[in-house]
Formats: sequence, C-alpha cells, structure tokens
Amino acid sequence: MNKDPIIIAFCCHYCAFTAADLAGTMRQQYPTNVRIVRLPCTGKVDIGMLLHAFVSGADGVMVAGCEEGSCHFLTGNLRAVKRVAKAKKLLAETGVNPERLDMFHIAASQGPLFAQTATEFTERIKGLNMEISENADQDVSGPEKTSQNCKPMEKNT
Amino acid sequence: MIVAERKPFEEIYNNVRKHKSILVLGCGSCVTVCMAGGEEEVGILSSQVELGAREKGDDISVIGHTIKRQCDVEFFDDETAKKIEQVDAVVSMACGVGVQFCVERFPDAIVYPALNTSFYGATMEQGVWAERCAGCGECVIEEFGGICPITRCSKSLLNGPCGGSDSGKCEVDPENLDCAWQLIIDRMDKLGRLEELEQVRPPKNWSKNRDGGPRTITREDKRL
Amino acid sequence: MTESVTKTESKLEKLLASGAFAVTSELGPPKCADAEIVRKKGGYLKDAVDAVNITDNQTAIVRMSSVAAGVIAKGIGLEPVIQMTCRDRNRLAIQADLLGAHALGINNVLCLTGDHQCFGNHPESKNVFDIDSMQLLDMARKMRDEKLFQCGKKLTNAKDIPVIEPNMFLGAAANPFGDPFAYRVPRLAKKISAGARFIQTQCIYDMERFKRWMDEVRKRGLHEKVYILAGITPLKSVRMATHMRDNVAGLTVTDELFRRIEDADDPIAEGQKIAVEQIEELKTIPGVSGVHIMAILGEHTVAGMVERAGLLPRPKV
Repeated sequence: MNKDPIIIAFCCHYCAFTAADLAGTMRQQYPTNVRIVRLPCTGKVDIGMLLHAFVSGADGVMVAGCEEGSCHFLTGNLRAVKRVAKAKKLLAETGVNPERLDMFHIAASQGPLFAQTATEFTERIKGLNMEISENADQDVSGPEKTSQNCKPMEKNT
Repeated sequence: MIVAERKPFEEIYNNVRKHKSILVLGCGSCVTVCMAGGEEEVGILSSQVELGAREKGDDISVIGHTIKRQCDVEFFDDETAKKIEQVDAVVSMACGVGVQFCVERFPDAIVYPALNTSFYGATMEQGVWAERCAGCGECVIEEFGGICPITRCSKSLLNGPCGGSDSGKCEVDPENLDCAWQLIIDRMDKLGRLEELEQVRPPKNWSKNRDGGPRTITREDKRL
Repeated sequence: MTESVTKTESKLEKLLASGAFAVTSELGPPKCADAEIVRKKGGYLKDAVDAVNITDNQTAIVRMSSVAAGVIAKGIGLEPVIQMTCRDRNRLAIQADLLGAHALGINNVLCLTGDHQCFGNHPESKNVFDIDSMQLLDMARKMRDEKLFQCGKKLTNAKDIPVIEPNMFLGAAANPFGDPFAYRVPRLAKKISAGARFIQTQCIYDMERFKRWMDEVRKRGLHEKVYILAGITPLKSVRMATHMRDNVAGLTVTDELFRRIEDADDPIAEGQKIAVEQIEELKTIPGVSGVHIMAILGEHTVAGMVERAGLLPRPKV
C-alpha cells in the first residue's frame, strides 16, 4: 500500500536549488516525489508556510539552504534554522512527528549531496508512514491516532 | 502595548475539540506587534488545529479572520459578526480585554482565549518585549527621572534599593533583570537630581491601582 | 551617640545609651508550632547577649511568626528584637502587629524590606510590598511619637483611659558592601531620618571595606545619630565561604579569609576564631556600638565566642 510520500523541498535559489539542478545535470538519481519549491533564500520561509504544507497534504517537508556562513543574504539561512526548530515544536504539539520536517545545508556545488539528502529524507518519511499504517492495522480500539503510535518525539532542536 | 503569549496548543485544543466548527479570530493591534495573535499567528493556529484534528480523528472545520482590534465595537463589522454566528465556537487570539469584549458583544457565542496576557510593555528588539508599566493609576515616573519603580523594581520600592541589588542587577533574576534602583540612581545622578532621592517618599495610594477594584474612566465631554 | 530623642522600655536601648558595647544575636523560629524549641534555642543565648533578633519568614520560607516567637522568647527572660518585613503584610496588618507586639511586651522592631518570595518555599504567592522599609520606619515612628496611624487618624482608647502607643526602639539593616556603593551611606542617612535609631549591618568578611564605609558614616556624623551594630557570621566551611562570596548579593569575602578556611584542619573552629578576632577589631573602630552575631544554625556557639572576645558577663540594665 505504500504510496510514494509527498515531500516538499523549499530550496534557496543560490545554493540548494542550484545543487538540485546540478544533480540533474550529473544524472544523480533522487526520488521523483520530492517536489522542489524555489525561494530566493531560506530566510523567506515562515512557520505558517511550513505548517500549511502539511495541512495541504505533504508527508514531509525539507528546507534546504546554504551552508552556515555562506548565505547569499548573510543570515537568511540562520533565521530559517530557528523557524524550522519552532515549527517542529508546533508540529509535535499537534501530534505530528517533528521528524517529518527538517533543515539541511547544501552548497551549490554539492549535487550528489542534494540527491543523497533527498533520498534519505524520502526513506525517513516512508518509514514513518509505514509505522503509522502498521499501527493502524493492529489497532482495534478505535480510530483515534495518538502520538504514541509514531516514533518517539525529538525533545528539542 | 499589551504583551501576551500564545497558550500551549494542548490547552487550546482541549476546548476546540468540543466543537464541530471554529473561528480563529485574530487582532491587528498589540498582539500583532508582539507576534502572539495577529494574522500570521491566526494562520499558524488554524493549521495546527487542522493537523491536530487529523491526528486525533476529530472532525473540526476551521476558518480564520483578523480584525483591527477586538476592544472597540466598530471593528466587529457585519462580515465578522456573520462569521462568529456561523461557527460553534470562537478562539480569540486577542488579549484578555478582546476576549471578554467579544463575549460581551456576542453573548450567545462561546469564546475561548488563545493567549495568556501578561503586561504592558515595549519592543526591546524584534522578538523581545519587556514590561514597563503596571497601570498603577497614579504615575510618578517624573520623580524618578523617567524610570518607574513600581513596575521595574521587583518589590515596587519607592525608597529603594534593597539589599539584593548586586552589580546593577536584581536578585530575583541577576542574569536578566536590571536593578531599577541602580538605573534610577544613575539617571538622577546624570540629571543632577540625586539629592531629591534623600527624601522619604510616603506610602503609595494603591486604591488607584486594581487594588481599589476594577476601574472605569469616563469622559462626560466625550459622551454622545 | 548624642541624639537619643526617644526613651522606650527597651533594655537594648538602655544598654546602648549607657555607652556599653552591645552584643545581639539571632534566633530562627521553627517551621512548626513548637514553643519549646524556641525556648531551647533561646536558652543558649540567655545571658550571653543583650538582645535576640527573631526572624520573620526569613528568605521567604514559612516559620512561626516573629511576634509569637518573640513573646515566647521574652517568656524565658530574653530581650527580643522582632524583625518585620514588608513582603507578607500590608500597612494595616503591620500596624496591628505593632500594637499587638507592644501589648505583649515587645520593645524592639527591626524594619526590613524582605527577601523576594521567589527565594522561598512559596514562590507562587502574591507579594505585598504595600510599603517599603523606609515607610515602615516612618510609620512606626509616627505611631510612637505622634500617636497617629499611617492614615493620619489618632490612636484611641476607651473613654477616659490613656492611649498606649507602641513605644518601640526602631532599627533597620544596612549593607556596607552592597550596590550601588556610592548610595549606601546616603541611604543610611535616609533611614535615620525615617526613624531608625539602631542599625545592624550585613555580615563582614572584608574588614577594610567595612572600615571605609564607617569612614563615610563618620564623615556625615551619622554615628552620632544611630547605634551601629556590626554583623558577624562565623564561617563554617569552604562551601559556605564560596556560597557567601558567589551567591549572596552584596557580600564580599577577602582572599585571606577564604584561604584561612581552606587551609584549616577544623574550619568551624577557624571560622569562630576569625569571628572573635573580628569582634576584637570592631571594638576599636569609632562609631561602632556593638556586634550582631548571626550564627546560622549555631545558636549554641554564640556564648563561647562572646566569652572569648572578652565580652562576658553582659552588663545588667
């Protein structure tokens, strides 16, 4: 039953998006269910946008920006780190596993790293989805899903 | 402005899940400035409710709407009133004033507060708000060179400092709290008014504060 | 001491007015309703000191009320100094307590602001601080000298019966080591004008700094307007010395003192030895009218130190 998970990847134009492009040129394979949204900078990401992605049906959300110290806009990626951390907490509050959202730092030249990251993240989300469907099959007590059925929550990021 | 913080999601959701449809109502003034209950926060809370409902298998529909202020009747316009009437419950993201005002204007509505309202304060830097006024009803800031001892001294001393002032910090929180009396003394010294502090200030009239009962101010010349 | 405007029944005031070097100490009431423990602790101090401070929910930790414990102490012949803070009571309660305390034979009150409740065992309580220690001094003085309540109304009694005012010997605390340093002596002057007639200082672990404070005090002539009792707390361990140096607001501990405790085989004995040396030195400083020995959990050690400092027997007043 394992459908391909829907993954949104918010990528900054100057680094991660360029790396994704490069991965393509280098014919580095990564799962097709990773849908890239190009932003001028990960500093554009706000918490509402991240939660909205999940509300709209995303199984996982990646935020991919420049390496620390290399942001084209100097500190945009650092702001993104904080916002992703907060969004993870808000997700956990609602019972959504915060591991479904994560921040990555990928330089423009790192095509293979982008492909690898996208692949590993997809596997992570597939794993989380599988756990839920396994627990749902075993669960005879009722429809209510609680966070106990998911992997243990990350404490603080 | 009034500074507040959003309540933990669980607390809000435990009320919300009793209903089938809710309106998350934001406020465009103070709580927007302190980033607790404005349009952006309405979007975030609405998303959280939808995700939470999905996780718990609850059936809740959510609409979000923000008005300029929830403490003046003119902003509860027809569009807003219609939304309030069409849902089962309202989650107001205004400060405690707005929540109550909404209840008073719409007595048939169920209105939950989404925020814990704390103090009157100012923006120190983006993301940091600090308390500056206690609303004591009898402002004596001038006597202290522009610094309010009622608000900024942990013990509201009018004849401070106490023995807990250390290196300009207050013993209650030596890392983050300045000793108000150190600030006052430095300021009065700078203004050349240090001698004024040698007078024993008499006890405060707390009856002008909330201690005297909930307050109302009326301007007869402004009443229609 | 040239200005002694009031005459109370206080034995402490009488002793100080006679020019004798006074010795006071402290008694912490129990965290329960046991009167016997108050008598037991008081027993150690009787005849060793001239007056005993009874603390008032010290560090915001609930203990038997200072008025009650003071009355019990008086019952075994001690001269109590009731400590009164502004943290837990408003002006009504404080005035009521002053009337009641005096009616029960208490003659001395130490007026304090009080530690913030966040330090104690009830951090969720509302703090009062209706008035501060200056206003408390002023209020108590007016009750005594003008027979007026804080609101301006007179103290009254039944018809044709004279009014009995709370005739208290009023004291305050002073911190020669605290911040803002430049303001500490003007603040002492302010307390005196508010009504303080005796002062007990924060405990001394830096005698030089204390002497500098006394220089400033004498320069303003304050030593002639108020009796100054210098605070002594014997150190007991390196841990205590470290805590005093690092965690207690407005306290400094000299390296020399610290080393003595560190190097000592018996730190408790060394701490007491230092205390006795300090008392001997304080006897020689002009303007110092006595010592206030705060032996935390060590009421039984006070008599020994007072004796070794050559201050026994205590003069009778």
